[in-house]
Amino acid sequence: MKSIIQMTAGLALAATVASAEDVAPADVVYEEYGEVTASLTGIAGDPENGIVVMTSRGKGNCIACHEVTALADYPFHGEVGPMLDGVGGYRSEAELRGIVANAKHTFPDTMMPAFYKTSGYIRPGDAFTGKAGEEPLPPLLTAQEIEDVVAYLQTLTD
Amino acid sequence: MMKTALKGAVYGLIALAASTAVADESAELVINGETEIVTRADAPAHLDGALSEVTSGWLYRSDETQAMQMDDFDNPGMLAVEDAMVAWGTAEGTENKSCADCHGAAEEGMAGVRATYPKWNDNAEEVRTLAMQINACRTENMGAEEWKYDGGDMLAMEGLISYAGRGDTINVAIDGPAQAMWEQGRDMYYTRTGQLELSCANCHEQNYGNMIRADHLSQGQINGFPTYRLKNAKLNGVHSRFKGCVRDTRAETYAVGSEDFIALELYVASRGNGLSVEGPSVRN
Repeated sequence: MKSIIQMTAGLALAATVASAEDVAPADVVYEEYGEVTASLTGIAGDPENGIVVMTSRGKGNCIACHEVTALADYPFHGEVGPMLDGVGGYRSEAELRGIVANAKHTFPDTMMPAFYKTSGYIRPGDAFTGKAGEEPLPPLLTAQEIEDVVAYLQTLTD
Repeated sequence: MMKTALKGAVYGLIALAASTAVADESAELVINGETEIVTRADAPAHLDGALSEVTSGWLYRSDETQAMQMDDFDNPGMLAVEDAMVAWGTAEGTENKSCADCHGAAEEGMAGVRATYPKWNDNAEEVRTLAMQINACRTENMGAEEWKYDGGDMLAMEGLISYAGRGDTINVAIDGPAQAMWEQGRDMYYTRTGQLELSCANCHEQNYGNMIRADHLSQGQINGFPTYRLKNAKLNGVHSRFKGCVRDTRAETYAVGSEDFIALELYVASRGNGLSVEGPSVRN
């Protein structure tokens, strides 16, 4: 069985072709409670692609840790993080963007990996090779993938 | 906790998918109908309340996987133990000695051994894992070549020594001269490594019993090592398993046999004080 964390594996080729218009990981402005107000790309998120990112082991693989009733067609949801039903109703877009990009600004001790961060790691590796990686590492998700996930999460209002 | 309540509410929706992976956490492990294995024990004092009890990884596996360990004829790891029984009686090296020449029958000579490793060796002034002690015996007493750490010969012999001590209570010493290395291992256990910034504790102390995608998280106890994994159909060593786990945090791993992993093994082994030696165990 694939190990738990292969989750964020794929590291999207897209990460290497990030647009020059994107806000770079180191330049993201987190507000007092970790919110990120401005879009990372200026392009509206695509909730359909957000589902792909959330359910793919090679992308965000969010359901590895979070249950989402609306994604019940995709097997095996985890129990490590809070379930996400209704999260679009009780969290703002800025809160969601901040949590997906780097949840530690909102919840300092959270286990959740930072999906838009490239340096400041202990023993950073080169993806899943076990070999040393050199910072800055490519972020786990591209700026647009973050926006797509945020767009999808905003649809979870029930 | 709210999470738990919500989990219950949606459980029905994923029950079908999850049922293949959910184990019977209340099962009792008795091997061959006679050897009782302690799979739940009070947490050792050094954990200082971090865990209410310590639990064997066996509890978190599917019914089918659990059953394989309950009968030696169904336990594929026992094939390696049989190989090691042959090696045990085979003279080797410049001294032309076998293990049996000094230790007698493995079942008697090695009883009680596995439960105390890793442990401090006064003469060598180092903490030795079972693998290190086997190699010391081979090179110093037999004049034979070292075995590769976590290689097939080594794991088979560790399997035999675990089999000889099966049912013994894990009792790894953490004080005295071993203390500094034990503290090093404890620090490693709680350090969040790699791009995923995960520590051992994130999964195995804070989330054991929870599903992470299709995996049922255990406490990461190593009392069952060497362990036969269905995933790769062979006996697996502790350090190789650690290496896989660290790699999966998208970190630079430590080397098998390294001082780092010896320290981590000492610490993790001590978290299982009170459980039974199970090896060779069967896991996913």
